[in-house]
Parts: sequence; C-alpha cells; structure tokens
Amino acid sequence: MNYLKRLLRVALRSLVRSRMRSLLTSLGVVIGVGAVIVMVGVGTGASADIEDQISSMGANMLMIRPATAESQGVSQGAGSRNTLTMDDVEYLRDEATLLTAVSPVVSTNAQAIGGDGNWSTSVSGVWPEYLDVREWEIASGEMFTEREEKTKSKVAVLGQTVVEELFGSDDPVGERVRINNTPFTVIGVLEEKGTSGRGQDEDDVIMVPASTALYRLAGQQGSGHYVSMIMASAVTLEQSEEAQAEVSSILRESHDLARGADDDFEVMTQAEIMETVSSVTDVLTLLLGAVAAVSLIVGGIGIMNIMLVSVTERTREIGIRMAVGAHGRDVLSQFLTESIVLSLTGGAIGTALAYLVAYLLNDFVGLTTVILPATVGIAFGFAACIGVFFGYYPARKAAMLNPIEALRFE
Amino acid sequence: MNAVIETKALKKHYVMSAQTVRALDGVDLKVKTGEFVSIMGASGSGKSTLMNVLGCLDEPTSGTYLLDGKDISSLSRDAYADIRNQRIGFVFQGYNLLSRTTAVENVELPLFYNHSVDPGDARKAAVEALERVGLGDRLDHVPNEMSGGQQQRVAIARALVNKPSLILADEPTGNLDSRTSLEIMALFQELNEQGITVVLVTHEPDIAEYTKRIVMMRDGLIVSDKQVWDRRAATADLANTRVAAGTVGVPPAPASGPAAVGGESRAVGRDVSEQLSAGGQA
Ligand SMILES: Nc1ncnc2c1ncn2[C@@H]1O[C@H](COP(=O)(O)OP(=O)(O)OP(=O)(O)O)[C@@H](O)[C@H]1O
Ligand SMILES: [Mg+2]
Repeated sequence: MNYLKRLLRVALRSLVRSRMRSLLTSLGVVIGVGAVIVMVGVGTGASADIEDQISSMGANMLMIRPATAESQGVSQGAGSRNTLTMDDVEYLRDEATLLTAVSPVVSTNAQAIGGDGNWSTSVSGVWPEYLDVREWEIASGEMFTEREEKTKSKVAVLGQTVVEELFGSDDPVGERVRINNTPFTVIGVLEEKGTSGRGQDEDDVIMVPASTALYRLAGQQGSGHYVSMIMASAVTLEQSEEAQAEVSSILRESHDLARGADDDFEVMTQAEIMETVSSVTDVLTLLLGAVAAVSLIVGGIGIMNIMLVSVTERTREIGIRMAVGAHGRDVLSQFLTESIVLSLTGGAIGTALAYLVAYLLNDFVGLTTVILPATVGIAFGFAACIGVFFGYYPARKAAMLNPIEALRFE
Repeated sequence: MNAVIETKALKKHYVMSAQTVRALDGVDLKVKTGEFVSIMGASGSGKSTLMNVLGCLDEPTSGTYLLDGKDISSLSRDAYADIRNQRIGFVFQGYNLLSRTTAVENVELPLFYNHSVDPGDARKAAVEALERVGLGDRLDHVPNEMSGGQQQRVAIARALVNKPSLILADEPTGNLDSRTSLEIMALFQELNEQGITVVLVTHEPDIAEYTKRIVMMRDGLIVSDKQVWDRRAATADLANTRVAAGTVGVPPAPASGPAAVGGESRAVGRDVSEQLSAGGQA
C-alpha cells in the first residue's frame, strides 16, 4: 500500500515535471480514441438510420421480384427478366390467405410537364392498396380508387418532390400534368417520405393506376402485362415467413413450374431486405472503422515518437535513479504507472470528447451517431496498449543497463 | 582500523573492436575508516573507472572488491542498488541531478528507494541535508536556476541524505572556481571530521592538499600512495582568501606516514604553482 502510494507520487511528479511531453503523449491517445469512437459511431448511426427507414416502409412488407437472370454465369441483376404479370397479382389477391394487401408496381421513367415545370421522374403504376402496403398517407386530395384502376383513368397522385418541381408551393390538386405527353389530372399529393434505404428520394414519384401505366405509359398493350414487382403485406410480422411460403407456392402454381424447377421470381420479407441493406451498411461501418483504425495507428505512432524521442533523457533519468539506489523493479513500475496514467487520462478525455462530438453531430448537424460500448472498449484498449508499451519498453531496456551505462546513454 | 574499501588486482577492460582498453589494470587499494583520500592522475588514467567500480555503479572485469570486509562481487543487482542507496554516497562530476526537479526533491530521491524511511520523514531529512550544505534557502530551486557550486552542493546533499559511512566524489570541484572549490572542500573536511570516509578524484594538486592521503594513478595502475603530512584546512583558507599571502612549504612526507588529523592545519594562502609541484612530486 505504502509502496503503491510512493509509486503513484513519483509517477505523478514526473508527469507534472514534463508537462509538455505528458500533454503530447496523451494527445495522441485522445485523438486516436476520439476519432475511432466518432467514426465508428457515424457508421453505426448510418446503418441504424437506414434500418429505421426500411422498417418505416412497412414492417410486414413482402417484395416479390422477377428472379435474377443469369447469362453465362454473370448475374444480370434483379428485375432483369419479365416473369411477373398482372394475372399473378390478381391470382395472389384472390388466393392468398396470409396477405392483407397486394399491389403491382409498374415502374417507368417519364417526363412530366405541368404548372410551370418540366421534370424527369419515375412513374409507379400501382393499385390503391399500395399505400397500405407501404404505410403511406395522402397529404391532400385523395388516392385513386379501384374504379379508376379498372377504367385506366388518367389520374395521378404526386410525390412531394414532383409537386415542388412542377408547382412550387401551389396546390396541384385539380391541375393537369402531361406525362410522356399524355394529359393526367392530379387528384392527390403524397405525404413526404424522405430518402429510402438505398438512398433514393422516395418523394420523387408519380403514382398512377397500374392499368393506366401498363396501357398508356409503358406501351405494353400486346406484350403480356408485365409488372416490375409486386408488393404485399403479411397479416402479421410473425407470419411474414409463412406468407412468403404461401406467395411462393401460389406463384409457382400460376407459373406452371414443374417440381424441382427453380423459382422464376423471388419473395423477400422485410427482414431479408433489411439484411441485404445492412450488409451494405456493414461495409460502410467497416470502411469508417478502417479509417478510424488508421487514425488510431497514427495516434499510436505519435505516442511512440514522443516516448522514443524522450528516451535519452529518460535513460539518463533511469541512470540517476538507479545510481541512488532504485531497483530495476522500482524504475519499471514507475514508468509503467506513468504510461498507464497517461493512457487512461488520454483515453478518458478522448472518450468524453467523442461523446461530445457525437452529441453535436446528432443535435446540430443531424447526423445520427451511435456510440457502442464495444468501440469505446476497443479504442481505449488499443491506445492504452500502445501508450503502455512504448512507455514501458524503452524503460525496460534502460533498467537492464548498469547505472553508468544508462548515465552515459546518448 | 578496519578497511572500508579493499580491492585486490581490480581490473576493468573495455573490449573494443580494434584493441582492448585497460582502464584498470590491477588496482590494489585499501582505504580505512575515517580516511580522506584523493585520487589523482592524468586524464584517462582510470580514475573515474575506479570510482564507478568502488561506487558499485559498474562491475569490474576481474579482481575482488571487499566493502567493509565483505566480498561483494557475487551480489545481485538489487543488492548493489541497496549498497548505493544506503552505504555509499556518490557525487558525480557532472552533478547528475534530475532536471526540472527542485533541490529538495532531488535530495529526497534516495529516500524514496530506502524502504526503511517513512515518506513523511523524507522531506525533513532532505531539508536537513540541504541545510547542512548551506542551501537551506534554495530548497525549491530547480537545477538550471542554480550555480554550478550550488548544484554540486545539492548533489552532495543527495549523497549525504541516507547517512552513508562512505562518500565517493568524482572531481567534485572540476567545474568550479577556486573559491567555490574551497567551500566544497571545507564541506568534505567537515564531513570527514564527523567520521565519514571520503574518497575523491581531483586534477588539482591544491585540492588534494586538503585531503589526508594522495593516491596517484597512471594507465590503470596506482603509481604512488602518500600521506599528507601538513593538511590544509579549507575553512581557514576561506577566511583568509583575501588576506595577504604568506608562503608555506609542504614538508616531504613519508609514503606510509600516519594520517594527519583533521582541523589542525594552518591558515595560509599559497602560491598555486609552488603547491602544484609540491603536491604532485612529494
Ligand atoms: N565505456 C567505455 N568504453 C571504452 N573505453 C572506456 C569507457 N570508459 C572509459 N574508457 C576508457 O578507459 C580509460 C579510463 O577512463 P576514465 O574515465 O576512468 O579516465 P579518468 O582518469 O577519469 O580521466 P579524466 O581525468 O579525463 O576524467 C580511458 O582511456 C577511456 O578511454
Ligand atoms: Mg574522470
């Protein structure tokens, strides 16, 4: 106990005596630890954001897309084949027991002219149920009805971005829009949705009845009513996997697929969609983590440099201490204590700074930053190890010299 | 009287790539309790090497070293450290004080490593040691705020603080002017009178005049060893530095005469060159 008190006193004295060196050393730790925590925090925050957005798309959602086509072993990407038709959608709606809502999505890109704007956007041909599936609301006006779907009416519901581009702050309900030169009446405006998990502006969209999109915009009159994808809602979140299986079997039947043949479509649950996206954000986190690790290493090299630069002075100090009777153990525990104190205070300050920066980013910049205790632990541990190693290792070498050699060290 | 220091055929060889430097080449030296010895010799003759070995700061290549009658050549590093801490006070030529550290903290340093000393008493002992060397008013000065003489005195206080029975000093006056040198010598004489054995290295024959015995070294060997018959008292010389100089010869001293008793020297100022030849050739 007495020894420990003595030790701590010697170490603290020595640290205070070399304020500049102590400051620079702990600064290395501060920066290393702080940067790692913040950067990994930003990465984690981004994935948390994305997951939030995806689940806000509707937690029970099922997404059915044509299967990925492969040409000579090279994947052509999802949706590169046309295998889903309006008949499939209707069949699903009529047969499925575990789905509450089903809607086709017929996507095309189109030029929209209206108000005093001209805007290139994407048009989604959907059924009215689409809004239920996506948990999306109408902000003003109304959604088109089943009747308008049946009659291929030229009515449109606009996303917020499209409204802004074409009409500015005016209310577009009742106005006319020309979509690929076909005149449509605006009957509603969608609520603002923000950016999707894939980084797209969800509000940059015009919704029209699916039949209208097929026959008047996509020009598919004779080509078999292919839809880009089908969206559906499972009855409950728990049953989404059962629903997924049900959808598969209904579609296989509808497509007359033989036993053992591969599906020509794929059904993804929200959980699976989340997984693909989070594998992307995991890469992001990993990347930021790598950058952070570099800053940790740079910080570590800083610590190392300062420790090594002062090694001559410190070796002489060790020589003096040993000359007046310090045992090797006394010297080593002193240097170890010094490095631990420096690394711990540096790490603590770095962590505190990281929390402060995270708070500022969250509240003032609007960048979600989530600090995980594991990151703090790893960053802290690593910086401390470097600090302790480079504080201790040269001291160990010096303590193994005899006092005269240490005093002569240059 | 018992021998504090006794070396037999002490050798220290530095093996370099081209040749072997025989810094010590068989030194036989015996120093008894209460002696005041000065070691002289040309530069490179091995004085510092000998002091370092005697001070347990460096290990000899061969030979035996009996400290207080005990052979210490087979002791552990920690035992050496304890000897340096408690039995020997070492004063370096270059002071070797911790920089940016106050005088009193520097003097306290050996006490930190002496586990029989309570940390609370350390400060008191350090202050006492500094007062003893006349630096009671410089306790909180760091080395670069002090003159060379003051730093040397801090170093001496540090050597004294654990109350050793032997003090080794390597050119303690090497960097000091003559007056400050006298002050330091007065201090050593006082310590010696209190019973501490003192061995010091010096280049200056007039400094050696204040000791009781002069050992000359050349090429790692002791070439002469003489008692000083007519030892000078530094305190008295100090008091008389401004008094008109008289001339006093040094009587030829037999090599193995009895040690002069401290404190009885005459108060005189002397011609340095005359003294040089006297001290060196006697
Ligand atoms: N670490 C070393 N490595 C090699 N040779 C050394 C070492 N230390 C001392 N020597 C040699 O040993 C010899 C004696 O050195 P030492 O320092 O003992 O001399 P000195 O008598 O104290 O000289 P000075 O009066 O100049 O201080 C010298 O020739 C020196 O070159
Ligand atoms: Mg020397």
